[in-house]
Amino acid sequence: MKARVFVTLKNGVLDPQGEAVRHALGSLGFDGVSGVRQGKVIELDLTETDATRAEAHVTEMCEKLLANTVIENYRVELL
Amino acid sequence: MRAGVIVFPGSNCDRDLALALERATGRPTRMIWHKDHDLPQGLDLIAIPGGFSFGDYLRCGAIAATAPIMRAVVEFAKTGGHVLGVCNGFQVLIETSLLPGALLRNANLKFVCRDVALKVESRKSSFTEKFLQGQEVTFPVAHHDGNYFASAELLERLEGENRIAFRYRDNPNGSTADIAGVLSENGRVLGMMPHPERLDQPELGGTDGAILFEGLAEAHLAV
Repeated sequence: MKARVFVTLKNGVLDPQGEAVRHALGSLGFDGVSGVRQGKVIELDLTETDATRAEAHVTEMCEKLLANTVIENYRVELL
Repeated sequence: MRAGVIVFPGSNCDRDLALALERATGRPTRMIWHKDHDLPQGLDLIAIPGGFSFGDYLRCGAIAATAPIMRAVVEFAKTGGHVLGVCNGFQVLIETSLLPGALLRNANLKFVCRDVALKVESRKSSFTEKFLQGQEVTFPVAHHDGNYFASAELLERLEGENRIAFRYRDNPNGSTADIAGVLSENGRVLGMMPHPERLDQPELGGTDGAILFEGLAEAHLAV
């Protein structure tokens, strides 16, 4: 089983990299982008075959390491 | 005072920190490898150096925070030990939750490497009691991710409990409320982005950093 974890900055946390990307898009002529938020995607190969247990494990991984929950949100997707 | 410095792959200020501590204490500093599970007996201070532990993978300090030795460091802090984290060491302490908040990419996205003026805000710790209240000192900074983030609620708590050790005079990285260094609730854990060990003798261009290490050494002699 595979899991995909999306880690994104919480609302209200400044994302200077996202801002830089927004500026760069503007300078390439892509108008109409009012905001960019950058995050990361982490893909995990799991030996677990039970979806409920897998989701619980990956959630624990997010809480302990994959995300910094002070500034980041995460979302787990099982594939 | 007996001090130890943790060494991770990618640490690069560990020797500077060890030398600064040796100059202040007159005793050799123990270098402690990140894969060790236990700290040497009888240490008064654990210092976590700057650098780029584990290549800053995932988030700065996140991988180092899971190293075997960090479990012992957290235990040491929880039983009242003194812990100092400088630069990457500050990031590691935040990732272990010994200190609150987060350190984000610098607001202007640039790596900032220069001497900065700091104001001593809190003397409520062995790290800062040798400074004068409000004293302006100069320490170098060298970081890409030193933008201290604190929620309004956390900021209020830090200010209320007098836990902001240093503030920048001219904020180089976008930190909340110009915060350059933060103390734990008991005042025995200090995390700071500026490097006191890089300016602790005249040959390096300044001695302000020595005040911090000498203060620590004196506090432990008095115990």
